[in-house]
Amino acid sequence: MEKFTKLISTATPLPIENIDTDQIIPARFLKATSKNGFGENLFRDWRFDQNNIPKENFILNNSNYSGKILLAGTNFGCGSSREHAAWAIADYGFKVVISSFFADIFKGNALNNGILPIQISEKFLQILLKTTLSNPNSLILIDLKEQIVLLKETGQFEKFEIDSYKKHCLLNGFDDIDYLTSIKNEIEEFEKTRLVS
Amino acid sequence: MAKTLFDKVWDAHVVTTVKNGPQVLYIDKHLIHEVTSPQAFTELKNRNLPLFRPKQIIATADHNTPTKNQHLPIKDVLSRNQLTQLTTNCNQNNIELYGLGHQNNGIVHVIAPELGITQPGMTIVCGDSHTSTHGAFGSIAFGIGTSQVAQVFASQCVLAEKPKTMQILVNGKLQKGVLPKDVILYIIAKLGTNIGTGYFVEYAGNVFENMSMEGRMTVCNMSIEMGARGGLIAPDKITYDYVAGRKFAPKGKDLEEKIACWESLKTDEKAKFDAEYSFNAKDISPMITFGTNPGMGIKISETIPKNKDTSFKNSLKYMNFKEGQSLLNTPINYVFIGSCTNSRIEDFRVVANFIKGKQKAKNVTALLVPGSQMVVKQLKEEGLDIIFENAGFELRQPGCSACLAMNDDKIPSGEYCVSTSNRNFEGRQGPGSKTLLASPLIAASVAVAGKIVDISKNS
Repeated sequence: MEKFTKLISTATPLPIENIDTDQIIPARFLKATSKNGFGENLFRDWRFDQNNIPKENFILNNSNYSGKILLAGTNFGCGSSREHAAWAIADYGFKVVISSFFADIFKGNALNNGILPIQISEKFLQILLKTTLSNPNSLILIDLKEQIVLLKETGQFEKFEIDSYKKHCLLNGFDDIDYLTSIKNEIEEFEKTRLVS
Repeated sequence: MAKTLFDKVWDAHVVTTVKNGPQVLYIDKHLIHEVTSPQAFTELKNRNLPLFRPKQIIATADHNTPTKNQHLPIKDVLSRNQLTQLTTNCNQNNIELYGLGHQNNGIVHVIAPELGITQPGMTIVCGDSHTSTHGAFGSIAFGIGTSQVAQVFASQCVLAEKPKTMQILVNGKLQKGVLPKDVILYIIAKLGTNIGTGYFVEYAGNVFENMSMEGRMTVCNMSIEMGARGGLIAPDKITYDYVAGRKFAPKGKDLEEKIACWESLKTDEKAKFDAEYSFNAKDISPMITFGTNPGMGIKISETIPKNKDTSFKNSLKYMNFKEGQSLLNTPINYVFIGSCTNSRIEDFRVVANFIKGKQKAKNVTALLVPGSQMVVKQLKEEGLDIIFENAGFELRQPGCSACLAMNDDKIPSGEYCVSTSNRNFEGRQGPGSKTLLASPLIAASVAVAGKIVDISKNS
């Protein structure tokens, strides 16, 4: 997995609450057997009409907005466990999703793909959404080591929480399989105790 | 120390704890299907890792499968490839596969309990959020992403923070016509779609104690719709009777010993939950949803509430409903009875019982999709197929079908569908489709009336 340390980028604001994984990637695009190429169908039915023409009023189709950060309303990623949602976000080019609340499974899936889901207060989220909506060139700085999100324009910042194990993994580019296979003997010992009991 | 049911099962499966980090949780059964497994197999191949415990894995094809002419090659090339890939992966890794047409084939959360694979006290995972279904047996069951599927392939374990515990009590007597689906839709409407995030929910109280296993599965299935990774119900005689005699269930003396162990799977009297909620059964009525998340539900006789929230307004706009509006008499052209929430034999008995002697409304296209080959066999043995046929309904072959619109079964754009499934997200049943979640009884009544009706008033 790729390492993640610091990021300075503009952001794409999507001030919608309860964005579920069916919106992030509709089920009809889950037929692939690889992890690649899901980015073109990210938010498919919000981005394109039935004739595959980009919808002008959707923010991803507005060339003023770009960057590696997605700002979204509360309860982001609810619904299905499809990791394709995280793959689509990564494939599109986002490295960070900022929201005031994340659904459990999405959060785990994002972390397992080197995408940092950052939970901040609703108040700070509204500041970031408002600022980036009015000025698409606003820069946001993410420092994983210090666990800080900072709005460059005003200097406003907030600390965010992250599990120290997951932080270690992201900073060093390790993943869970590396760890789990390293404790194989311990798992085998555990299996023996279960057979006896 | 007094423990909850959840704590007992969880703690018994912890291999070790990472310093300042998550726990390593041992997984007893790993269920896989065609959509969320291929990339996990590739991951292991790329790392040159073998599957650690292939005998603890069961595979089925369900999401991406047609519900007509399953004996013919699948027309859609991508779908066919995905299913071929599943077969190849299972063959190469000695995994038991119940593919299309197999007598044990069906929706993963329907077949595992039916085959006795799901048992009390187990840990069960699957790359599907509705894995919470299996919690009905007093097991810890939850959905995982594909990276975690690969982790379980490699180690039979997942890394997870221990969730918090929540108890939802429902006591009292349910009114006539109120089904388990109404109970869970009511709970979600009251508590919201993210109250359970970070929690496992134990459902307790005499309403759940008196419920059949099918009903308990419907309830636990939708735990994820309030954000909870899983839900569970303490096993009891109803559970043991359901498990006994099934293909992979313990038998004879083994079963007796197991039941003796399962008896301990109860929340201790003094155990504390991190959150507790309580409802009275008599307050619950037949429910229906009007919006684009499962928490947007009302009693079928109520009107749509008022709410200033932008997301709420956008949701109503998508559904083409208005605040203060009653849903009664709304014409409905599509009805879906199926999905891992409501496609078990008991659900089809409810539907058959209602439509017996009646006729499907002419404007309605109804999809009746049993959850498994075993459900098909059983409903035929009971003669329910004849009732459906006489009432003008076509019975499909098993699969996830129109729950998620990734196979051929889709609801056309702009159409309402009264559905027994679990999600009413925008476009969930097809781009532009509008889903109203309800119980099999409500769905059957809509299929006959061609519009939303309150059967408690009409019958």
